[in-house]
Amino acid sequence: MALLRVMDLSVEVDGKKVLKNVNLSIGVGERILLLGPNGSGKSSLIQTIIGNPKYKVVRGKIFFNNEDITALSPEKRVSKGISAAFQIPPKIKGVTFQELIKLVISKSGRGFEKLEEVINEMGVNHLLKRDLNVGFSGGEMKKAELFLLFVKKPKLALIDEPDSGVDVENISLIGKMLRKLLNLDGKRRKNSAIVVTHTGYIADYIEANRAYVMLKGTVKCYGNPEIILKNIRKKGFEECVKCEYYKC
Amino acid sequence: MKNVLNVNTTSVEGFRRKAEKALNKPAKYGLDLDVSVFQSPKPVNKPLKLLQGSRNLLEKVGVDLEEKKRSGTYYQLDEIVGKASSSQPGLKVLSLNKAFQEGVIKDYFHKLVPVDKDKYTAVAALKGKAGYVNIALQGERIKYPVQTCFFMSSPNSVQAPHNMIIAEENSEIHVITGCLVMPESVGLHAGVTEIYVKRRAKVTYTMIHSWNPETHVRPRTGALVEENGQLIIHYINLTPVSSLQTAPEIFLKGRNAKVHLSSVIVSKKKSNMDVGGTVFLEAEGTSAEIISRVITKDEAEVVTRGEIIAKSPKTKGHIECNGLMLSKNSKISTIPVLRSESDDVELTHEAAVGKLKEDEIFYLTSKGLTRKEAASVLVRGFMKVKVEGLPEILSKQIEWAINSAASGL
Repeated sequence: MALLRVMDLSVEVDGKKVLKNVNLSIGVGERILLLGPNGSGKSSLIQTIIGNPKYKVVRGKIFFNNEDITALSPEKRVSKGISAAFQIPPKIKGVTFQELIKLVISKSGRGFEKLEEVINEMGVNHLLKRDLNVGFSGGEMKKAELFLLFVKKPKLALIDEPDSGVDVENISLIGKMLRKLLNLDGKRRKNSAIVVTHTGYIADYIEANRAYVMLKGTVKCYGNPEIILKNIRKKGFEECVKCEYYKC
Repeated sequence: MKNVLNVNTTSVEGFRRKAEKALNKPAKYGLDLDVSVFQSPKPVNKPLKLLQGSRNLLEKVGVDLEEKKRSGTYYQLDEIVGKASSSQPGLKVLSLNKAFQEGVIKDYFHKLVPVDKDKYTAVAALKGKAGYVNIALQGERIKYPVQTCFFMSSPNSVQAPHNMIIAEENSEIHVITGCLVMPESVGLHAGVTEIYVKRRAKVTYTMIHSWNPETHVRPRTGALVEENGQLIIHYINLTPVSSLQTAPEIFLKGRNAKVHLSSVIVSKKKSNMDVGGTVFLEAEGTSAEIISRVITKDEAEVVTRGEIIAKSPKTKGHIECNGLMLSKNSKISTIPVLRSESDDVELTHEAAVGKLKEDEIFYLTSKGLTRKEAASVLVRGFMKVKVEGLPEILSKQIEWAINSAASGL
């Protein structure tokens, strides 16, 4: 059964089309990679799925657990089990990282037993008392976003460019934490995620079931992530999507 | 009780003449009022009973009638002094008349706020009665805040106390002044406050106002800070007012003297507020910080001003004015002025005025908060400014006012 199904989705921002007839689906326990050059619509798709009101759906629908969520507010989508880690979260003065963590915990209505442990493993201790994302480095911002996903434990995690602007050492840490978040090394069922990347560094860690390639606001093709990544690395995005074999 | 200018004959005629001449002199800023319409208040029956019946109102401006954790208390109902007492030997809490009788203020009276500054200082001198004089004696650290309270109850009246805070060398004192008005009362509050911070002394002066939409408020404050002295002024106003204009003038006269001036304002309904402060850096190594946080709702209009004038080398000044508009029909202006008369100074300002940012609201809703909760978190974050030494009840009061401002967005 599909956990999330995006059907024929077209989206506008300020009257400008950013997504055209996008189709995509992800099953329970699946992880997919969303690949594509800058400006191809990957982040727009994430923003639309989580419900950013700036992104107006002009055609198509989004289903989560067979329920049409196209018109739901972001917090309703969150309560149903979707959560996002943003590529560039806003800097908010006067609200500390810790305060937000507490709010998120109180809203999710369940305790978070291993908070301390994850804080230490991720090395976000020094960020707790600081204003949210104010003066955070690229890596710190990604870690903070990822940490909030740990607090939420969503059924579907939308993770936008966890590897951009992050040094090599932190990429491996973020990769490991993603594995933990998605329960890739555990015995229980793995969690679902859509992971956006335009570099592919993080792909090695998440054992994706499929990769989707976006170009100019639409999904051009999808298929085996290893082969697609290999082709992209060799030929670039424009050439990759010309490949007959993987055309949708 | 008589007006102070009637009680003290020495040099008083001079003050009176000057005041009479200034009765039509408008203030530099703020709405101009006709001061002749406000009368001296009528005496109240059973003032103590009225005060005790207003316990909740009093708590909102930091007044504890049980006087727990207070080193001294002064309260005044309209023009009647209800109490002036100190519970610590190094602290004097006197009414103005008593202080005159004891001869402790003649070197200070109207030295920082001229009697003819404008029509409001003039009306205070001519119609005003009473006021407090708080003196921290040399080397004395006054443990708890001194609470002072001005209560207006008589309609169409003027309340115009003359207050003084004198911190002798090496002393430390915190004065909380709570001003409030009965809900139905129309009037003018035009108090004069003069603050003297001697060498190595520290004064924290917290003014918290709770007016009603019919009150006009024109406090006039002047302060002088000597070598290594420190002055902290907090101004808190969380309730509607008809019009308010205040702009303390602070003179840092001694080397390394410091001042921190902060204003926390929630302006609602048709309030018209003009809140500022001017600091003169007159000695080497002096520094000033002027910070304001303003929230407007309804049709409120607020101007925040900050002015730092550096007259000496190795001085520092910073102005930070942030305004958050929570309604379409409110208005905020912020006017920082930095002036340097020396080439070895560091003067900076930052200001931001606007409404809540949609991308921040969305971000918080994407973490599971409702829109209302997100707005409330952002408003509280915006107003987060450290108010040092504030009693818990006041901190709670501020929090309550901010939360209430954030609700219904």
